[in-house]
Amino acid sequence: MWKSPRTGGLAVLVALVTLAPLGFPNAYFYDVAVNALFNATLCVGLNLLVGYGGQISLGHAGFFALGAYGSALLTGRYGLPPLAALLLSAGVVGALAFVVGRPILKLKGHYLAMATLGIGIIIHIVLKTESAVTGGPDGLGVDAFSVAGLTVSGDQAWYWLAAVLVVIAVWLSLNLVDSPVGRALRAVHGSEVGAEVVGVDTTGYKVLVFVVSAVFASVVGSLFAHKNGFITPDIGSFFRSIEVVTMVVLGGMASTFGAVVGAVLLTLLPQFLASFEDYEAMVLGGIMMGTMIFMPKGLLPSLRLLLAKRRRTP
Amino acid sequence: MFAEFLQYLFSGLTSGAIYALAGLGFAIIYNSSHVINFAQGEFIMIGGMATATMVAAGLPLPLAAVLAVVATMAVGVALEKFAVEPARGADVTAIVIITIGASIFLRGAAQVLWDKEFHALPAFSGDTPLRLAGATLMPQSLWVVGAAVVVIALLWWFFNRTLFGKAMLATSHNRLAAQLMGIPVRSVLVVAFALSAMLGAVGGIVVTPITFTNYEAGIMLGLKGFSAAVLGGLGSGAGAIVGGLLVGVAEALASGYLSSAYKDAIAFVIILFVLFFMPSGLFGKKGTDRV
Amino acid sequence: MSLLTVEGLSKEFGGVHAVEDLSFAISPGTIHSIIGPNGAGKTTLFNLVTGIYTPTRGAIRLDGHDIAGRRPSELAGLGMSRTFQNLQVFFNMSAVENVMVGHHLHLDRRFWASLVRLPSVVRRDRACRAHCVELLDFVGLGRYVNSDAASMPYGALKRLEIARALAAKPRLLLLDEPAAGLNATESREIDEVIKKVAAMGVTVVLVEHDMKMVMGISDHILVLNYGRKLAEGTPTEVRANADVVAAYLGAHV
Ligand SMILES: Nc1ncnc2c1ncn2[C@@H]1O[C@H](COP(=O)(O)OP(=O)(O)OP(=O)(O)O)[C@@H](O)[C@H]1O
Ligand SMILES: [Mg+2]
Repeated sequence: MWKSPRTGGLAVLVALVTLAPLGFPNAYFYDVAVNALFNATLCVGLNLLVGYGGQISLGHAGFFALGAYGSALLTGRYGLPPLAALLLSAGVVGALAFVVGRPILKLKGHYLAMATLGIGIIIHIVLKTESAVTGGPDGLGVDAFSVAGLTVSGDQAWYWLAAVLVVIAVWLSLNLVDSPVGRALRAVHGSEVGAEVVGVDTTGYKVLVFVVSAVFASVVGSLFAHKNGFITPDIGSFFRSIEVVTMVVLGGMASTFGAVVGAVLLTLLPQFLASFEDYEAMVLGGIMMGTMIFMPKGLLPSLRLLLAKRRRTP
Repeated sequence: MFAEFLQYLFSGLTSGAIYALAGLGFAIIYNSSHVINFAQGEFIMIGGMATATMVAAGLPLPLAAVLAVVATMAVGVALEKFAVEPARGADVTAIVIITIGASIFLRGAAQVLWDKEFHALPAFSGDTPLRLAGATLMPQSLWVVGAAVVVIALLWWFFNRTLFGKAMLATSHNRLAAQLMGIPVRSVLVVAFALSAMLGAVGGIVVTPITFTNYEAGIMLGLKGFSAAVLGGLGSGAGAIVGGLLVGVAEALASGYLSSAYKDAIAFVIILFVLFFMPSGLFGKKGTDRV
Repeated sequence: MSLLTVEGLSKEFGGVHAVEDLSFAISPGTIHSIIGPNGAGKTTLFNLVTGIYTPTRGAIRLDGHDIAGRRPSELAGLGMSRTFQNLQVFFNMSAVENVMVGHHLHLDRRFWASLVRLPSVVRRDRACRAHCVELLDFVGLGRYVNSDAASMPYGALKRLEIARALAAKPRLLLLDEPAAGLNATESREIDEVIKKVAAMGVTVVLVEHDMKMVMGISDHILVLNYGRKLAEGTPTEVRANADVVAAYLGAHV
C-alpha cells in the first residue's frame, strides 16, 4: 500500500513539511514558507480546474481576493469569529463561482480565457473602487486568526497551520482525481463529446470543479488576510492570476504534487534572485513560454517520464 | 447637454480607433493561424514607448515613428518565430499561456529597458483645441482617427489588391487548400504578426500624446482590442473596426454618465455579455463543431 | 414496438442538407446497418440521434418518447451509447480508465463521497475496474489494460471506444465505422465482437463501408444518398435494388 504513488507521495509531503523547519534559521524563512504553502494549496485547487478539467482560468486571484476581503470585513466590521467568516466567505465565493460558472464554462479556449480574465479584472476594479467598504487602494487591516479562543500568532504557528492545510488539500485532490467524479472530470478534458455520450454531464462537472477551485482560493485568501494583517486590492490583480496559473503550468498540469512543486518554486524564486522585482515579469513570462514550448507537461510529470525512460534503458 | 454628449463621443471615438486597430491585429493573426495573440497590446506599448524615447533623444518625430514601427514589427516577427511557431499544433490552452507569457515578458522587458515612469510625446499639431457645437476636440484626436483610417485603407488595399494579401485571405479560409496551391503558409503567419505589430505600433504612437504611455499600458489596450474583436465577431475585419468604435464609445459614455472609476470595467462587462448571449459577435459566422 | 423511430428528420448546415426528410424505424434486438457514399449524412444522423446536433426538423423517438433536443448525457441514461468515426478517446487517461468512464452512470457519483474517498466508493471502484478489465478482454485489448491511451495504436483505440460504450450497458449501441482503417484480421475480430454484443440482446446500429461485413451481419440495411433514404430492407433486398446498385454498390460489388 505504501508503494502506491498516492500514499507514498502523501507520506513524502508530510515528511517534507515536518522536517523543513529544521533548516529555517529565522522567522523570515517561516514567513516565506507560509506563503509558499498557501500558494501550493491554492494551486492544488486551481490544478483540479486547469490541469485535470482542462479549463483555463485567468481570474483566480479574484476569488482569492474575495475570500480575503470577505474575512477581513466579516471579522472586522461585523464581529464574526474568523472561522465563521472564512466559511461564510468561501460559501459566498462558491455561490458566485456557481452563478458565473454556468455561462462561462460553456465557452472554450481563448473565449474561456478572456471571460475568466474579465471576471478577475472586474473583481479587482470593484475592490479598488468601492473604498467605502474595501478601503480602496489603501487597503484594509485584518484581525488575527483565532479559533475557540486560541489565536494563531507568530510565524511558526502559521507555518503549522499552512502545512496541515496543504496536506489536507493534497489528500482531497488525490482522492478526487482517482474517483468516479475525478475520472469524469478528466474525461471532460480528454474529449467532451466522448464523455457526454457515456452519460457525463460535462457542463455540470466543469461548473463543479470551477466552484471547488474557487472555494480553495477563497479559503487560502481568508487565511492569507489574517496572517498578513493587511490586504490591498492588488492581491486580486490580473498579474497575480497569471502568477498562480504559471505555478500550475510549471509544476505540471494534471499533477497534484506538480502544483505543489510549481507553487513552492515560484514563491522561493524571488529569494534567490537579487533585485528580483525588476525582472519578475520577464522571468514569469519567460517561464510561461518556456514551459509550454519545451516541457508542456510541466516539471514533475516530465521528470517522472525521464526517470521511467532511464530505468528502461540502463 | 448635447455638447457634453458630443464631448464623450469624441473621446470615445478616439480610444475606439485604437481599440479598432488592436482588434484588427487580433483578427489578422487569428485568421491566419487561429491563434489569439494576447500580446497584441504590447505592440501598442512598444510603439509608443520607442517613439517617445527617440523623440526625447532628439530625433525628429517622423523618423522616430518609422523606426518605432519597424522595431515593433521586428518584435512581432520574433514573437512568431520563437514563441508561436515552436508550439504549432499545441492545444488552445497552451497557446493562450504562451502568448500571455509573451505579453508579460515584453512588459517586463520594457520595465527593464526603460523604467516604470510615464513617457509623453508632444501633440503632432499643437494643443489648441478645436471647438465644435460646444464641445472641444483635440487635434491629436484627429491624428488618431486619421491614422486609423489610413492604416485600415492600406490594409484593405493589401488584402484585396495584392497577390500576397489575397493569398493570406485564401489561407484564412482554408489553410490546407492554400498550402496545396503553393501558398507559403509559413510566411503568411510571419507577415500576419508583422502586420499586427504595425497596427499596434501606429496606434501606440498616435495615442501617446493623449494618454501617455508606460510599461504597463499595453495590457489593458490589448484586452480591450480583444473585446472589440469578439464584439465584432472574431476574424471579421469590419467587425473589429465596428466593435472597437462601439467599445470606445460605450466606455466613454459609461464613464461620463455613470462612473469614471468603472471606465476600465466596461470593456469586460461588454465582452462577458457578448460571450454569454451572442458568442459569434455582430458579424461572425456561426458554425456547428464537427464531431 | 420499435426501439428507435425517426420521422421526417432533417439537418441543414448553412445550405447543406446533410440529412433530409428521413424516416425509418429500428426494432429491438437487431443489427441495423446504415450505408451510403461519403458525405451521405450517416455520421450526421448519428449525431442527431445521440443528441450532439439538434435537428432542423423532424422527430426522433426512443421507446415512443420524443428525444429530439435532449443532451447526449441524458440519452446515455436512457440506454444509448456510441463510438465515433473520428476517435473521441480520453488520451489523458489509461485504457482501463477510459472504459471506467463508460461505467460512469452506474457508479456512486456523489461529490462528497469521492472527495473523502468513502470505503464504499473505493470498493465499487475496484469492482468497476475488474468489470472493465473483462470488457477490455472481450474486445481483445487484454494486454493494454494499464497502457496510456495516447500510446495505443489506432486499431486498438477503435476497440477501446467499443469497450467504453459497452461499459455504459447500453440497450442501443451505435457504431460509426468501427472497422475503418483496420486490416482484414482486425476487421474480422470486430465483426465477431459485434455479433457477440448483439447476441447479448443489445440493439446495434452500424455505419460501415466494409460491404462484406455489412452484408454478413446485418438484419436490416438502410441506404442513404445525399441525406435521403435511397432504399432499405434485408441484405438480399438491398443487394437486388437497382437504385442502390446504380448509385452506390455498383462501384463496389
Ligand atoms: N458540423 C458540420 N458543419 C457543417 N457541415 C457539416 C457538419 N457535419 C457534416 N457536415 C456536412 O454534412 C454532409 C454529411 O456529412 P457526414 O459526415 O454526415 O457524412 P458521412 O455519411 O458520415 O460521410 P463519411 O462516409 O465520409 O463519413 C457533408 O456534406 C458534410 O460536409
Ligand atoms: Mg461519417
